[in-house]
Order: sequence, then structure tokens, then C-alpha cells
Amino acid sequence: MFSILIAKAKSSHKHKTGSWRSTTRPKYLRKECINCGLCKVVCPEGCVEGVEKNKYSANLDYCKGCGLCAYICPKKDIEMVDNAPDKTGSEERGEKDEERGTKR
Amino acid sequence: MRRFIEGSHAMAEATKLCRPEVIAAYPITPQTHIVEHLSQFIADGNLNAKSINVESEHSAASCVLGSQAAGSRSFTCTSSQGLILMSEVLFCIAGMRLPVMLICANRAVSAPINIWNDQQDSIAIRDAGLIQIYAENIQEAVDLIIAGHKIGENPKVMLPVMVCVDGFILTHGMEVVDIPSQDKVDNFLPPYNPPYKLDINNPMSFGLLGDPSVYTETRYAIQKTLEDVLQIIPKVGGEFNDIFGRSSVGLIEEYKTSDAETILVAMGSVCGTIKDIVDIQRNKGKKIGLLKIIAYRPFPQAEVKKALSQAKNVGIVDKNISLGSNGALYSEIKSILPEKIKVNGFVAGLGGRDIKPSTVEKIIESTEKEENPCKFVDLNEELLWKEFKTV
Repeated sequence: MFSILIAKAKSSHKHKTGSWRSTTRPKYLRKECINCGLCKVVCPEGCVEGVEKNKYSANLDYCKGCGLCAYICPKKDIEMVDNAPDKTGSEERGEKDEERGTKR
Repeated sequence: MRRFIEGSHAMAEATKLCRPEVIAAYPITPQTHIVEHLSQFIADGNLNAKSINVESEHSAASCVLGSQAAGSRSFTCTSSQGLILMSEVLFCIAGMRLPVMLICANRAVSAPINIWNDQQDSIAIRDAGLIQIYAENIQEAVDLIIAGHKIGENPKVMLPVMVCVDGFILTHGMEVVDIPSQDKVDNFLPPYNPPYKLDINNPMSFGLLGDPSVYTETRYAIQKTLEDVLQIIPKVGGEFNDIFGRSSVGLIEEYKTSDAETILVAMGSVCGTIKDIVDIQRNKGKKIGLLKIIAYRPFPQAEVKKALSQAKNVGIVDKNISLGSNGALYSEIKSILPEKIKVNGFVAGLGGRDIKPSTVEKIIESTEKEENPCKFVDLNEELLWKEFKTV
């Protein structure tokens, strides 16, 4: 007998773990960005998206609010803000947050 | 071919006949010779396998986890501290349902450091989800290694198999052993063809997060599979007997138990000594028998219960002790026997202390007269003090 054991690659994406996030989440200010990509490199969840200057964002469906992106940013263009769900959260991805992604 | 051969050498030959593709192990007494021989086979070009030198048993187990997941028949081998260090990964190998073959050359666990034989190491990791089978002699070890592959690799099983052999007694002892021909083993054991493996053309993830909504089912699946293995072991044993002509692969062996009033229960090499004593006592008219446990995980409850149902006295010999409770085999068997059968538990042969014929005679005498759950045999009271003192 077998149970859930082995999954097709990338199928874990459907398990949105953003609900585990700490009390803060990153806010991309998008003013001083120099497109260095460090926020993307250090993200332990690999959930920072973006390739262009001032267009980076963290996917809150997976972000755990660790703050490494804000810490590493040489221009201090990422701010950690209160994780409480509000409208400012949705501007980051330009779409409505998944309910499960922002719930704490 | 029948050869007078050292146990470790014979087990290496048996492993070679199973055509492992990856071998990773770290040397530890008394397991060392097995891997030494296998390394020599590879170096001489007699075995086409990849040998990976590792820095610890944790790494050895991790290597065979990975190689088995990649679809290669993989082998490792350890003892005592090495097995304990491996234990984290062994739970993963079983949990990921990878039929790695592992030989445990049974040895006592520190502290105090002791390189000699008992069965505490394999008993300590009995709950990992491995199939655990115990050999009485070198021939049985050879047979269980070959059959073990077929049991674990059954597409409905897919669980690691641990063949337990008493350190030194079976690894360093010499016996006349029938080493089967490659043709016969190939006929018995097909190439490893897993239902799932790591493959870049069909990417899969192994050992992912299993949250509370799925974890229980993964455990239940292993539990149910191990129950099925109780049917699969005798079936493979029958196929083994058809090809090799030996009935050594099974769940239990009953030695003169049918009319026995007193039955001893044991596993591993001590069964050989006990069989001799059974013969001697039977010549004196005593109705004694031995129940040998071959499969400890899964534990054949129904078979054991049936084998002991007519006995008046049962004496269980454990070469291990679950400190604070009783011997592992005692707890296992006491829980399934009716009240009317008198069950005695004996802890003997720890850390290489010999279980001599006189020890077995003492055990039989005590089984007939007393009822103790956990009696240490041959205890030296002079080494026990009420208060701490240095020597």
C-alpha cells in the first residue's frame, strides 16, 4: 500500500504556505531600485519575482516575512511592514492576494 | 558451490551475486570485512558497481538513499554506533519507500564502548519501517541477503531490508557454505525495475513535506504493507526453496515444538546453541523445543501465537534490553499469549558475553520453575554496588 509519497516536480507550488508568515512582510518601495537582484538571490523561499528595475515583488503566497530582502537591499528600497492584510499588500503583485496567502 | 569460507566473505559473495550497482559504507567493527571484500571485487573488476567512499554512516545511508531513488540497486552495511548514526536516514529511506539492502553486523551500543555482539543496535531502530530478518548461521545470512532483495523490491512492498547477523559469531566465524551460482541467482532475482525513480525526463520530488493532512496516511500505508510482507516472505521463501533447495527463508522456524511443554524463543546465532541443548535434553526425556524468530519486523504474531499455543512454559531469550521495560522479544510475545501460558523473559549475551550450553540449561530450569519478565542471566553480583566507587 502506498500513500502520498512522490510528487511531480513543481507540484508543491499548489501548497501555498504564505499563511505561515511572521508579523511582517516586505514592501517594495520601487523608487531607488538598481536592478541588482540581490533580494531575489537571498530569498530562502525563492519567491521574489522580477527582472526589471523597480518591478520586483515578493509572492505573498509563499513569503514567510523573514526580512532578508529588506536587509540585503543596498538602496534600502524594501521596507518590512505590518503583515496585517490591507489594500497596500495587493499593489505588490498588481493583483488580489490569495485569501490563504495573507491570512495569519 | 560449497566452500569453507569466512562469514563476511560469504555475505560479500551473496551481495555480489545480487548485482548491486552502488555500494556506500563506512568501516566499523565487526562489519568491516564485508565491505572490504566487496571493494576488492570492484577493484579486481569482478563486480560492476560504483563504490562511494564516505566520511560517516550518515553519509553512507544518504548515498544509498539517493542512488536507490535514482533507480540503482544499492547496498550498505554497518554495526552498532554506525547504525545509530544512520538511523535518521533509515527512517527517510523507509518513508520514501526505497528498497535499500542493509546488513547489520549486530554489536553492542556504547557506553561503555564494546565491540562485541548483542542485538541492541538493530532493536534500537526497529520502528524505522525496515523489514528486519535475523540469520542463525552463515548459510542463512547468504540466503536471506538474496531473498531479502526480492522481498523488499516487490513493487507492492518497496521497503528497505535489514539482514541482521550476529557480529563476530557470524561475520568472523567460518563455515561450509553453499554459494549459489550466478545463473541461479539471476533466475531468482530479476534486475531492479522500480515503479518510480528520479529521472530528468520525468522529474519527480522525493521526501517532500507531509503536513498533518497527509502524514498519517503515509504511516498507515507502511503499516499495511508490512502486514502484507507477512504473506510475501513465505511466498518468496517457497520460490527460493524451489531454485536453491533450502527452506531457510521464512517468518519463523519451529524446532521440535509440536509436543514440547517448554519452548524457548530466540533469534540469531544463539538458536544454534539452543538446538543442541534441545537435542541433549530430549535424549534425557524432556519435552523441550525452540521457536526461532527470523522476521522480527514485520512481527509474525499469528504464527508465533500458534507455535506456542500448546506450550506450558515459554522462555524468551533477548540479546537486548529495552532499559526500563523488558527484552524486546519478551514484550512482543507476552502481549499476544494467553494468561495460562507461563512466560519468562531472559536477558543474556549482552556485549559479547557467551551464551554457553550451561547458560541455556539455566534458562530452561528457570523457565520451568519461575515466572520473571526480565531476568538477567549469568549476572556477576560482585560488579554491582549500592553506592558509587572507583576501581
